[in-house]
Amino acid sequence: MPNVKGLQVNGADRATDAHPDRSLLSVLRDDLGLTGAKYGCGEGRCGACTVLVDGRAIRSCQSRVETVAGKPIRTVEGLAAGEKLHPVQAALLDAGAMQCGYCTPGMVMSAVALLEQHPEPTRDDIVAAMNGNICRCGTYGRLVVAIEAAAKAMKGGAK
Amino acid sequence: MTPHLDGIVIEPERYELIEAIAESEWTRRQFFGITGAGLIVALLAGDEAAAQQPQRGGQRGGGGPPEIGGWVHIGADGAVTAYSGKVEVGQNVRTSLAQAVADELRVPYQSVKIVLADTALVPFDAGTFGSRSTPAMAPQLRRAAAAAREALLDLAAEKSKAERATLSAADGKVSGPGGKPSYTYGDLTQGQKLMKVIGGDVPTTTADKWTVAGTSAPKANGRDIVTGGHKYTSDVTRPGMVFGKVLRPKKLKSKLVSVDTRAAEAAPGVTVVRDGDLVGVVAPTEYTAAEAVKLIKAEWDAPAQVSAKDLFQHLKDKAGRGGGGGGRGGGGGTRGSIEDGLKAADKKVTATYTVAYIAHVPLEPRAAVAEWADGKLTVWTGTQRPFGVRDDLARALGVAADKVRVIVPDTGSGYGGKHTVATATEAAILARKVGKPVKLVWTREEEFTWAYFRPAGLIDVTAGAKADGTLTVWDFHNYNSGGSSLASPYAVPNHRAEFHPTDSPLAQGSYRALAATANTFARESAMDELAHAVGLDPLAFRLKNLGDAAPQKRLKAVLEAAAKQFGWGKGKPTEGHGYGLAAGTEKGSFVASVAEVAVDRKAKNPVRVVRVVTAFECGAVVNPDHLKNQIEGAVVMGLGGALFEHVDFDNGEILNPTLGDYRVPRFRDAPILETVLLDRKELPSEGAGETPIIAVAPAVANAVFQATGERLRAMPLVPNGWPK
Ligand code: FES
Ligand code: FES
Repeated sequence: MPNVKGLQVNGADRATDAHPDRSLLSVLRDDLGLTGAKYGCGEGRCGACTVLVDGRAIRSCQSRVETVAGKPIRTVEGLAAGEKLHPVQAALLDAGAMQCGYCTPGMVMSAVALLEQHPEPTRDDIVAAMNGNICRCGTYGRLVVAIEAAAKAMKGGAK
Repeated sequence: MTPHLDGIVIEPERYELIEAIAESEWTRRQFFGITGAGLIVALLAGDEAAAQQPQRGGQRGGGGPPEIGGWVHIGADGAVTAYSGKVEVGQNVRTSLAQAVADELRVPYQSVKIVLADTALVPFDAGTFGSRSTPAMAPQLRRAAAAAREALLDLAAEKSKAERATLSAADGKVSGPGGKPSYTYGDLTQGQKLMKVIGGDVPTTTADKWTVAGTSAPKANGRDIVTGGHKYTSDVTRPGMVFGKVLRPKKLKSKLVSVDTRAAEAAPGVTVVRDGDLVGVVAPTEYTAAEAVKLIKAEWDAPAQVSAKDLFQHLKDKAGRGGGGGGRGGGGGTRGSIEDGLKAADKKVTATYTVAYIAHVPLEPRAAVAEWADGKLTVWTGTQRPFGVRDDLARALGVAADKVRVIVPDTGSGYGGKHTVATATEAAILARKVGKPVKLVWTREEEFTWAYFRPAGLIDVTAGAKADGTLTVWDFHNYNSGGSSLASPYAVPNHRAEFHPTDSPLAQGSYRALAATANTFARESAMDELAHAVGLDPLAFRLKNLGDAAPQKRLKAVLEAAAKQFGWGKGKPTEGHGYGLAAGTEKGSFVASVAEVAVDRKAKNPVRVVRVVTAFECGAVVNPDHLKNQIEGAVVMGLGGALFEHVDFDNGEILNPTLGDYRVPRFRDAPILETVLLDRKELPSEGAGETPIIAVAPAVANAVFQATGERLRAMPLVPNGWPK
């Protein structure tokens, strides 16, 4: 299998030269300097490494980089428009929905994927969609509140 | 008036302090080398720092003479920077310290820069643990900042020849009446190198007059966190950096017998490193390093080891004999006679409670980046003991401590789990051998296996009360899980509480309120059993046995506040539900938790915690929102240990070293959380990161009893479904 020579990340073509079996997570972090997505378990069970591929939230620690070549990839670094935060980022900040913040980028990406697919989720929808993301600091309640607020903001055209 | 000598502001009575510093390796020049020109106020560490001294060895020094506890600098541009040895692990110390400094210097807290945990820049600190950051560090920096403000007023008075008493500091300026004169802090310090050393006796703003502290200031670097911009240790990169990986045996305590690394050495780009029992590889990518380690063939020898199923018997059998048993033995206060107390009791409870080993599971696993240059080592790593790790590194690598610099980026949490960081030593060994900076990040499995655990423990309780509910006797014996919160806080005339060190089969260490959690679980469960035995409401029984001593009153206050918020006694739970309460004190703060649970014995997750009300009192509240956040987080974490978290092990092998096998609380497990803060402005602020966790498990266990009539005495209560 040939090495992967490029990825489409946050709307830009990024050159790389990565072994096809490497995880998307490691290529983003170590080759492209996009360290927002985090390693938390390497087994698909914590969500710290969540990025969007084709608009869907995936666990980048579990995706071989070869399988996502040519597909549009979005990471937490691509969300804010200059100084203006994405409504999900702004909502997490407003709700103080973090402590150490290590889970935060993954939470943000999972929530963005949820709200893009379901602009008006119920509390149960949020819990179900986010259950694969662990916050060991235990800020779940605040995260739910933040995602509800973000849903409202996005509907109001604050996008 | 303070004399000015050679640009140094010296208070006459503090002259000897300057002498002390001049004799140490640290000079004024070195301070200004770090900070640049301006005004520095350094605070001599008082008893607090001395009390924090590690018991064994440990070289002090580092960023500053050993006597200094923290310092504040005001630059020529008016910028305020404070230096502290504390570590940010999500407890928001960066924000709370900025709030304290901002309060005294009358500037917005966002403009205060806090430099933390870089051994080359900050004063020595024993570590970030024991909930000491707020009670100890904030007042220290507050004093330094207050003294800096006074020095600025002196400077302004001198410059303007105005009456000093007419001047005041606000918004980063010193001004007189009607705005004349008016100097920015930068105007006052410009072109100068002023240094002042102060003792602990500087008056500071009292809590009732705080304007910045005491408010819910948002997290200082929150924006970097939501944008993914904050660099944790595992995000640090260095020019020419390569990736390391260490070979691990299957079993704990293994010794290397033989190793064949030829296949790994032949892999392109791979270097194999051998240093005693440490076998590692270094490669240009993490993937190549991980693949190369798989090519190594090794034979290990491991001794027979105690398994989980024999654990509690083992702990009891080895009591008083084992080594490494979680601290010193001792009592929590003996008074009266256990025999008399038992005779006086109408109802007795004798029960044994256990707690399992659990893992910290910080979401950021241990990580380190090590770089050597000119015989000096720099290591970035997430630890709660930067200076301790520096000394560990110096010992392990055979270099002087002043040749080692440890930098701790704000870390992906610790919960007491990152006091020692073998990762740092491993990275440093690999880096030295290959002559390049090395990054080493432990896998989740390594984190679950090669770190250390919260101690397991067994607790025997015998307690008795008169028919009217008055406690007569309390006899309490903790094996292995530690002596904190050992004594009963209730009024009981005949009392004995002992901690028995024993032999721990697994490596164990600090954890968020480790011993207090175990001791509070046993005590508050037994109190509940006794309440039922004498036929009293569990709240009434507790209140009856709390007297007028100050700590008992504080405990009473949180119990009453939590019960009120919960609606205790106002109605019965629905079918299958139960209510339970518990209270405790630890590290100078007080907590009561009331839980509602729903129980379905046949379900895979038989206990669902529906709602938890927590009342908490830790003296004067520094940041109400961050405190609430800490409490909520502690309750959620506490639910993991209460319900299902446990480390399973068999003869030296950890059987559940993945997030698939070791369950931690998730969104679905989070109950409705309500917190009541009792703000006692007249009392000093105590730490809050730990105590709110201690009453969670017993409140849940007591609620399960109410729902089912069954008493679960082991933490976790329902590790794999309803216990058989
Ligand atoms: S690191 Fe990918 S799910 Fe945990
Ligand atoms: S904030 Fe620490 S893991 Fe979520």
